[in-house]
Amino acid sequence: MEPIANLGWLRVPPGDFAARVKALKLAEGDISGPLRALAGYRLDANQLQRLARIVEAARSRKGALAGLTPLKLGILSNATTDFIVPAVVGSGLRHGLVIECVTGSYGQFMQDSLDPASPVNRAGCDAVLLAIDSRGFALQPPVGVAAEEHVALEAALKALDAMRAGLSAHCPTIIAQSLVSRPETLLGSYDALLPGAETHVVAAFNAALAEHCAESSMTLFDVAGLASRIGTDRWHDPTAWNLAQQPFAHELIPAYAEGLARLLAAIRGKSRKALVLDLDNTCWSGVIGDDGIEGINLAPGDPVGEAHLALQAYTLRLRECGVVLAVSSKNTDSIARQVFREHPDMLLREEHIAVFQANWTDKVSNLAEIAKALNLGLDSLVFVDDNPAERELVRQQLPQVAVPELPDSPALYVRTLAAAGYFEAVGLSDEDRARARFYADNAKRVAVQAAAGGIDDYLRSLDMVISFAPFDERGRARITQLINKSNQFNLTTRRYSEAEVAALSTDPSVTTMQVRLMDKFGDNGMISTVICRDRGSEREIDTWLMSCRVLGRRVEEAVLAALVRGARARGIARLIGVYRPTERNGIVADHYQKLGFAPSSPVRPDEARWALDLADMCDLDFPDVFSEILYEAAESVEVVE
Amino acid sequence: MTDEEIYQGLAGLFDDVFEYEGAIGPETVAADVEGWDSVGHIRLMLACEQAFGCRFEPKEVVGLQNVGELVAMIRRKTA
Repeated sequence: MEPIANLGWLRVPPGDFAARVKALKLAEGDISGPLRALAGYRLDANQLQRLARIVEAARSRKGALAGLTPLKLGILSNATTDFIVPAVVGSGLRHGLVIECVTGSYGQFMQDSLDPASPVNRAGCDAVLLAIDSRGFALQPPVGVAAEEHVALEAALKALDAMRAGLSAHCPTIIAQSLVSRPETLLGSYDALLPGAETHVVAAFNAALAEHCAESSMTLFDVAGLASRIGTDRWHDPTAWNLAQQPFAHELIPAYAEGLARLLAAIRGKSRKALVLDLDNTCWSGVIGDDGIEGINLAPGDPVGEAHLALQAYTLRLRECGVVLAVSSKNTDSIARQVFREHPDMLLREEHIAVFQANWTDKVSNLAEIAKALNLGLDSLVFVDDNPAERELVRQQLPQVAVPELPDSPALYVRTLAAAGYFEAVGLSDEDRARARFYADNAKRVAVQAAAGGIDDYLRSLDMVISFAPFDERGRARITQLINKSNQFNLTTRRYSEAEVAALSTDPSVTTMQVRLMDKFGDNGMISTVICRDRGSEREIDTWLMSCRVLGRRVEEAVLAALVRGARARGIARLIGVYRPTERNGIVADHYQKLGFAPSSPVRPDEARWALDLADMCDLDFPDVFSEILYEAAESVEVVE
Repeated sequence: MTDEEIYQGLAGLFDDVFEYEGAIGPETVAADVEGWDSVGHIRLMLACEQAFGCRFEPKEVVGLQNVGELVAMIRRKTA
């Protein structure tokens, strides 16, 4: 929770974070990539300072930071900037910036602005931040006198404008901060109506400042907005001010620095431009291919449905701001599109989606194609997916794509996505707003190239443990559920009741297999089920189904290896595979062919038969992507590898 | 919490805050550690508050003379 204060869209740093930063001290060549990757974690002020120290040391080494965009930032403040500066440098890396900070003398912000020879004016800054809070503007007119408040406000705005004018001669971008009123009220609610009360003065100042920024060339850093989203009770820490003239709570320095770095990145044109959405369990609850259009949940009034609808509504608002929307989903194209066309509760429709990628290829290839189709760089994309394994894959293979961590509860998806601020802007032109519509009526499906390289490396990094066992009583309910619910990765779509499943276990001519998969993200549970029937020396695969969640993990190949092992131990000569096409199971039409089976007779219109001769075969190797394989034949557990 | 445990915790914090990996003892003072200036001192105090789960008063923060006094204060606060 509290993703804004805690940078909740970023991953918790790895245990060896400090060691990895230290290793960069000795690194040669360009260290921009690793620096940026390390900055992509949820860092506290000390961790950000660690990165800042590396940057300071690397500045003098030629080419060390070549992959980052340099930005010289002047900071003038009525408070101390010592705590903020390293955090700003560290946070800048997250956005591809290498920020060099030039600070003014303590309390001398006016002189430093007006004096052409001041360090900030002489430094040739790309931007100057006026980090001045309500203490700095001395906004304390007598209480209850509207005219006095007006005078004080005019004086503050005049002072601000004088600073802007002085700095503008030397620097193209001047950034002003809105003020955060302190939570200590005088008369409670009435403060909002009371001239001179800080609540009242600051609100008036901020309104005037926003207007001033809209009219002039000044850029607004809305610190008041940031603080109000977090809460001013938490924002303001009197001890931090009294002890160190730190203008807000130390624990919020990473949030402040991130807000500033994001704004600077937007000034440099580095904000994201397109949002790529997963569908199942992201845009709605449930799996469309298995649950069907009646079974997925995006119902208004339903607590789960509302959460997914809120995400849809939010993305549509982003689209109004010019953010291009795209879809990347593991689904059959026609089935996924049907929801957009026919589901009455859908807010997102096909015409909102610039590129619609529903297929069974890995998402890395899909995202690359989406970027290509939109003529955008990968660094313009944000990818939202509820599945941590998909997120990890994309982060590993396409580090340029922004991938927010999502909380377990879909109710917090919007909060988390918004907290990440990927679409920060310093203006919005008519052209920007038209951008998303430019792609309208153009929902493309782009051909996807063969799976990208390196997928096996990724799979190995998942630490997958796969286990095979015959059906047992403990698994029976889940086995029955899979048999009766799976539609997509299901070769024959034969349904069996729980009693029938129980009977299969005791039938000597039947071999059963349940498959479980664990990985470093947790236990995926039972993900595949196989039932075989022996006829003489042939073993026919009556049922083979798998959860689409684990598609692309090479589980099918492992299951085949286990099947071959079991069949050979029993002296079986041939495995017979059957595919019975339905409206939903097109993804496994080539299943047996891909696994090396040969077409077999008899040919019938409602089913295709495939055969694998075992007579001359050795046991198949399990794909070398699993860290552990637990293979349980009827009685014993055997650990392979 | 024993002094040994506190020193062990402090060693990690001195690394986090100052990237200082040298030995620390009761006689260690600010001048011995690079970066332990007035700003570094505040950062160290914040790190201690968080790591040891206690709060320091401003007068306690500004009055410390050496690491020995810091350890004694943490021992007192966490007792």
